[in-house]
Amino acid sequence: MRLEVAVPERPVLNERAVSVQLPLATGYLGVLPDHAPLLAKMGTGVLTFSGPDGAENCVALDGGVAEVLGDCVRVLAERAERSGEIDVDRARSALARAEQHLESPSLETDVDRAQRAAGRARARIAAAAAQ
Amino acid sequence: MPSLIDLRRRIQSVKNTQQITKAMKMVSAAKLRRAQQAVVGARPYARLLEELLGSVIAASTVDGERASHRLLEEGDAQCVLLLVLAGEKGLCGSFNSNLFKETDAFMRRQEGSEVELELLGRKAVEHYAKRGHPITGRWERVFVNVDRATAQVVADKAIQRFASGGAGSVWIAYNCFRTILRQEVTVEQLLPVAPPAPGAQGGTEHEYEQPASELLAELLPKRVATRVHVAMLESAAAEHAARMAAMDAATRNAGEVLDNLRLHLNKVRQASITAEIIEIVSGTAAQE
Repeated sequence: MRLEVAVPERPVLNERAVSVQLPLATGYLGVLPDHAPLLAKMGTGVLTFSGPDGAENCVALDGGVAEVLGDCVRVLAERAERSGEIDVDRARSALARAEQHLESPSLETDVDRAQRAAGRARARIAAAAAQ
Repeated sequence: MPSLIDLRRRIQSVKNTQQITKAMKMVSAAKLRRAQQAVVGARPYARLLEELLGSVIAASTVDGERASHRLLEEGDAQCVLLLVLAGEKGLCGSFNSNLFKETDAFMRRQEGSEVELELLGRKAVEHYAKRGHPITGRWERVFVNVDRATAQVVADKAIQRFASGGAGSVWIAYNCFRTILRQEVTVEQLLPVAPPAPGAQGGTEHEYEQPASELLAELLPKRVATRVHVAMLESAAAEHAARMAAMDAATRNAGEVLDNLRLHLNKVRQASITAEIIEIVSGTAAQE
């Protein structure tokens, strides 16, 4: 299968893969060759795929839409980072900040935003750790 | 006739100007390379978005009837919103004036309906400051570092204006970067979204995790934002290319002026030497 991932500023992935795990809004979905055509919203999480040589790779993803069609998996993400590009320290501090906001919410805390930020940070840490 | 000292001063001043234009050309070339990379980098996303939107629209078309969404339907308001993407600075040849010529022609074509302007780039803001057109927004210094967030804000504003019935259609005018030597003024319709032609895969039965209308609602605003983003990137690259070409021409012109001045200087100097020699020769001839 061909796996394509792009964010508005740049292409992130364009590689051959034998299996892909997509973080959809409704939960993780495994895709193998000859999967039925599918259109779905993406959630926040880690996209895992294994290449023809069996090596597993991870990409931290957030938001967007994915399509599985024929021999192609196309992911249109808002944000995406390959595991090698992730700055783990920054992700950790972002997570700590978000958690602190959630633990002691003040009046002007945007809980929804803090939760999404925490989710993003967790996905990035997980993707970096899987490397 | 200018004296030798005047000519030397002029040569020096032209030389200084030439040095500046040469430096500006080099700076623009470096910026152009980065801007071009950004344009190329944004292409895969734009292509994927078109393909996915085509799929969603094809898949949501039941019995020839297209799924409806507010951003796909023609608005009935008389007003037209035009996004004008000009440059941040001058000294780039006809980059800005070509664009304004085209936007003025566009406004003349919209007889009967009022055209509102959303201005991006300092030159656009300056140009339309005193022309009496209704202006909905001004954005300066947005092309120094084109980022998606700004494009998103501009696009959201346009979508809001369109969806609330304030504008019947939204257009965007910008300089499209074709090659380093060619920029093309482009005026495109942004809203209502013209759906991309369904690809060859039309008619494929897709499984949906979410209803098609929800996916459309997700993709259509993204399409508008991406169009604005790409137009901004193109315009930024085109501005650098135009400035590079203009500064290259200016450097060459300065070289020509220098050649002429140097020739003139040598002639004047030679003339004065000749005059001195004649004086000496005729002086000695008179003594004999």
